[in-house]
Amino acid sequence: MAEVGSGIGQSRWTNALFVAPYMLILFGLLIVPLCLGIWLAFQDYDMLGGWAGGVGLENFQNLLDDRIFRGTVRNTIKFVLMTTPAFVVLGLFLALALNNALRRSGILRTIFFGSSVLSVTIVTLVWRLVYLPDRGLLANALGLLGLPGVDLVTSQVWALPAIAIVTVWWIIGLPMTLFLAGLQQIPPELYEAAALDNAGRWRTLTGITLPSIRRTIVVVAVIEVILQFQLFGQALLITGGGPDNTTRPMVQFIYEAGFRDLQLGFAAAASQVLFALMLIAALAQFWAGRRQGA
Amino acid sequence: MRTWQRGRSLGDRLLLAAVVALAVVWLAPIIWVVGLSFKPNEVLMHSTGGILTPPFTLKNYVDILAASSVFGWMLNSTIVAFGQTILTLLIASLAGYGFARTNFPGRNALFVLVLAALAVPEQAIIVPLHTMFAAADLHNTYTALIVPRLAFPFGVLLMTQYFRAIPPEIEEAALLDRASRLKVFFRIVLPLSIPAQATLGIYTFLHAWNDYFWPLVSATKPAMYTLTVGLASMQTNFAQTEGIGFLMAQAVFAGLPVLILYLFFQRHIVSAVAGGPLK
Repeated sequence: MAEVGSGIGQSRWTNALFVAPYMLILFGLLIVPLCLGIWLAFQDYDMLGGWAGGVGLENFQNLLDDRIFRGTVRNTIKFVLMTTPAFVVLGLFLALALNNALRRSGILRTIFFGSSVLSVTIVTLVWRLVYLPDRGLLANALGLLGLPGVDLVTSQVWALPAIAIVTVWWIIGLPMTLFLAGLQQIPPELYEAAALDNAGRWRTLTGITLPSIRRTIVVVAVIEVILQFQLFGQALLITGGGPDNTTRPMVQFIYEAGFRDLQLGFAAAASQVLFALMLIAALAQFWAGRRQGA
Repeated sequence: MRTWQRGRSLGDRLLLAAVVALAVVWLAPIIWVVGLSFKPNEVLMHSTGGILTPPFTLKNYVDILAASSVFGWMLNSTIVAFGQTILTLLIASLAGYGFARTNFPGRNALFVLVLAALAVPEQAIIVPLHTMFAAADLHNTYTALIVPRLAFPFGVLLMTQYFRAIPPEIEEAALLDRASRLKVFFRIVLPLSIPAQATLGIYTFLHAWNDYFWPLVSATKPAMYTLTVGLASMQTNFAQTEGIGFLMAQAVFAGLPVLILYLFFQRHIVSAVAGGPLK
């Protein structure tokens, strides 16, 4: 690389050396495993029995017939439907409140974003203590109101919402920050015009603010759908998938099939189903967002 | 916005009150856990009510220090997080500069490939990745804990964007002096990119420190656990909650370094985390 031509933009093979280290890693540790995973999904391959050849769609057929897997798909979609609207509505509410030049918004922002930096292990440890049926913080708070303590974590109805609450508490900072960035890009002239028209708070919100950040709303919703489809640690550590499989998510199914039962082909097939569902959900939302805009 | 600064309307006051109340709810679990971590387990057996009433004790923290494995896990997490951060900064900066500022055959096609890689979630590759590392007999090593995350393209895209914004005239002058591309990169461009390095570095460190799924399946020997995996392994016998003060002290002990980091580098962390999924 001693000699360099006159132009900065001149095309040279040697310049590819800058990207070579990353491209090798990308190829070896992402593209190859991705292709290997797609191939594995069509193979009868488990760690103990070894490779027993291609089986076509049999892994996918088995997944369809698997009551537990169907349950994990249902749980995961339920979880996404619980958390995504909560992230959008609460994130937008916080951003609107903090954006309105409230004096202590710096401290408040620090508080609402702070829990995002903790690991899933710490978050679940804290919340399992909060949810303790007899001595938890929740039981204490209910006790102050004269209500009996409840054991959310072992309830078939409440366990998944309890995990959803933990998740919203954990990472509300991301949607809040994205909405704040969106709000700050709205030109102030729009609000000045509204003020001249004597538009009320509600009309300003629905007439100016929300239409101006429509794109941010779509982006936040898509990001949250993709993130929440990946539910794993919270469920594994709070409920372990129970009670009666009502909180077991798809990623936990992949984890158990692949790393406990060592059925690699079967687990790889489940991964492909998850990947496909995530892509479909994200594309559907982008499509819906664009149609609404037209 | 002048009206906001003069007398606040009733609506604004209500909004402020609602947000402050919500902030209290947000903080409550953490304050409760920190407070009770200083109380003796015998007291917590009966009541977890008042966090401000004595007796207080440091025994829960002393017990953590006595459980020698926690320090080993913290060391593992530190090695993995620093290793991943330094390698990511180096590799992503080189690649970002290559894509942003140099030209070579096939550049645009490769860049599209990098962009497409953003769509691949960890779960889609974790089973085959685990098989590959098992075949290479690399599990339970720092290499296995550090290397796989280097493949995710966020850092490269962030650095590409940053280098594109640096005026090219700065380099052109140096290149006219017959300095090599690599020399220009290390002497001139890299020092200019320190703000982006800080953002990417903190982001990478935080992700590595908090990572759960891959370390869970790769590091199966307790001596190779990271702090995140190790703490999770100690939570399993939760049903017999005799030592909840000890559990709380663990949460505080493990969370404190990250929270301190957050308070010092809040701006970088927020911009990195919020910028991450958008790029």
